[in-house]
Amino acid sequence: MDLALSPEHETFRRKVRAWLKANVPKREPEDSITEYRDPRRVQRLKAWQRTLHGAGYVAMGWPQEYGGQGAGVMEQTIVNRELVLARAPQQIGMMGVQMVGPTLIQYGTEDQRRRYLPRILAAEEIWCQGYSEPGAGSDLASLKTRAELVGDEFIVNGQKVWTSNAQIADRMFCLVRTDPAAPKHRGISYLLIDMKTPGITVRPLIQMTGDAGFNEVFFEDVRVPRENLVGVLNEGWRVANATLAHERNMLGSTTRTQQMFNGLLHIAQTHQRYGRPASADPVIRQKLAGLMIRVEAMKYHSLRQLTDALKGRSPGIAASVNKLVSTELNHDVAALALEVMGNYGPLARGTAQAIDRGVWPYEFMFTLGLIIGGGTSQIQKNIIAERGLGLPREGRGVTGDQKKGVTGDR
Amino acid sequence: MDFGLSEDQELLQRSAAEFLARECPASFVREVARDEEGFPRGLYRQMAELGWLGLIVPERYGGAGLALLDLALLAEQLGRAVVPGPFFSSAVLATLALVHGGTSAQKKAWLPRLATGDAFGALAWLEASDRLDPAGVSVRARKAGTAYRLSGQKLFVTDAHVADLIIAAFRTAGRGEDGITLFAVPRDAPGVTITPLRGIDLTRRPTEVRFEDVELPATAVLGAVHKGWKTLSRVFDAAAVVLAADSLGGAERALELAVDYAKVREQFDRPIGGFQAVKHMAAEMVSEIEPARSLVWYAAYAYDAVPRDASRAAAMAKACLSDVYSRTTNRAVQIHGGIGFTWEHDLHFWFKRAKWNEFAFGDPTYHRERLAQLARI
Repeated sequence: MDLALSPEHETFRRKVRAWLKANVPKREPEDSITEYRDPRRVQRLKAWQRTLHGAGYVAMGWPQEYGGQGAGVMEQTIVNRELVLARAPQQIGMMGVQMVGPTLIQYGTEDQRRRYLPRILAAEEIWCQGYSEPGAGSDLASLKTRAELVGDEFIVNGQKVWTSNAQIADRMFCLVRTDPAAPKHRGISYLLIDMKTPGITVRPLIQMTGDAGFNEVFFEDVRVPRENLVGVLNEGWRVANATLAHERNMLGSTTRTQQMFNGLLHIAQTHQRYGRPASADPVIRQKLAGLMIRVEAMKYHSLRQLTDALKGRSPGIAASVNKLVSTELNHDVAALALEVMGNYGPLARGTAQAIDRGVWPYEFMFTLGLIIGGGTSQIQKNIIAERGLGLPREGRGVTGDQKKGVTGDR
Repeated sequence: MDFGLSEDQELLQRSAAEFLARECPASFVREVARDEEGFPRGLYRQMAELGWLGLIVPERYGGAGLALLDLALLAEQLGRAVVPGPFFSSAVLATLALVHGGTSAQKKAWLPRLATGDAFGALAWLEASDRLDPAGVSVRARKAGTAYRLSGQKLFVTDAHVADLIIAAFRTAGRGEDGITLFAVPRDAPGVTITPLRGIDLTRRPTEVRFEDVELPATAVLGAVHKGWKTLSRVFDAAAVVLAADSLGGAERALELAVDYAKVREQFDRPIGGFQAVKHMAAEMVSEIEPARSLVWYAAYAYDAVPRDASRAAAMAKACLSDVYSRTTNRAVQIHGGIGFTWEHDLHFWFKRAKWNEFAFGDPTYHRERLAQLARI
């Protein structure tokens, strides 16, 4: 065990840090918010990703022929961490980079890769994810948006919901039902849809934060060329799961959690709560220490998973454990910040007297959304129990493998 | 950057797990629990042969000279099998006190014997006040010519009744850190009375040790007079990490037992493991145990490799794992239903060990406050 970076990686880290210092644009007050009503903000964010890509820091692990660096996990991890430390703007093309991009590398045709991947990297095309529907949330496989293959085209009718980015997206990777007669997991296909196609209507949905952070998307006889099918017709569920499994590299997000926690610590130490610094209260200290333990545990846990990835070990259900633990931890950090701030806590973003420009109540709400999105905590627990521990699925018996008491790959 | 185990370490884990599954199954733990001494000497002879008792004894004193991370990996397996006996007292506490605080002569006299299992050690630190700060050492050792006379009561001394050597903390001056002296006391020294106490954790044997004018030569002072606190501090951090590792192994086993049971126990015409309530309890156990494992590895690694962070890391690991082990065994008993509550079922050994681990060498609240101070919260 050795936590130090190799000399080459240490040199690389220094290089990245210096580049970021010289190139990260001045942080705008709204930069933590994922809402894109202001077109100038969208352009700024696209320009930032373009600049980042120009330096070769976006999707470093992608093959070079598609615009990546063919680099290892370690380099991307270092970049991700430094991006957070430098408080760089978010990457507006994240869905393309982390979700559909890797999926196309794995399941796409050569033509699809060449057509879409370079534009994803340069933020020339922004992607959104057409998965959930009003009737298909946790039970995603019950989706009903219909795509009928007529000649060389699919004709798509239906509705998607919770579609982040749809209002600015150029393209959507979309799960559709192509065989209504088949068992639900087996009649699904994965389509790439041009958001400018006639028949598509995007309607923003307002989150409890007050932002239109996601959308409903309606499809009325939308025509999609057959060549936009990814993988095999009716075998889209497997492709969809690949997308779901392309977890973000953990170190980036644990760095963000650490940053949030440091922000909380600072407030606790400086804000007067009932006449003295919040951190002087022994009960608050216990809560702060308790959170520090959870934050540090996730920090070292991500290093362990990084090492496993470098050694080519299967992650098992690590992504589900990460998602479950991190999202709840982030929410608890924000919750304690509000507790420490007392009546200052619920002051809204941008109002006078608010601490940290009112970003904490926003984070408190937004982090609850993250507990739900991307697979609710309850779904993650089902996955951990079923796939990680071999416990039987709802309403079924125990399989032979499960009986062996295999506690699975964690 | 490599936050992983070496091949040797993985081999140590695997071989320890296999050996203990064979030589120390729950039925054996149950047998030893009934024994008055609670000391399975045969098992410990085998452990000595495997080099486990001297794992962190420096090579020149007959040990394997390994690091705390290696010891933690072994401790995890011992915790997984709830191995009874004086391993923690002897191979961890007394050994480390000698390694960190002893003179070369004292190390030469005792470490090889501890490493081979020819002798066993114990650490007498706490008193009736049950305090871990310097004020917790109040029993006095008075100078009598060149010798010392020790008087007072030590409490919660695990395994003193089977130890050959008791390392005891006495006050030789003042009230604070400066003035605490460690003495190497042979168990059969006149004036030493050991009374076994009974704890609910039958795999650990606490005792009361009374010293009545126990006279010891100056050579019994471990290291230098008045300077024992530094050694105790270092032992404290190691103890916290090793107990955290023991808790990790125990939690893992409790989870396993619960999951195995949930797969076979049927109610309402199906295995109870298919019900979400049970599934979610199990998933919560996993999601607490796995990150905690990473924290223990770091704390064990930091003890040797990142000294300025060793105490903070130890506090985090101990606080975290104490809670995780107790919560996990609580859930495991509940998943087992009524049977989990019986003496006949084995789970209570883990449940009770979790409680002992929770309070030994600082409970979670204590360690969180310690963490707050060390991290300047």
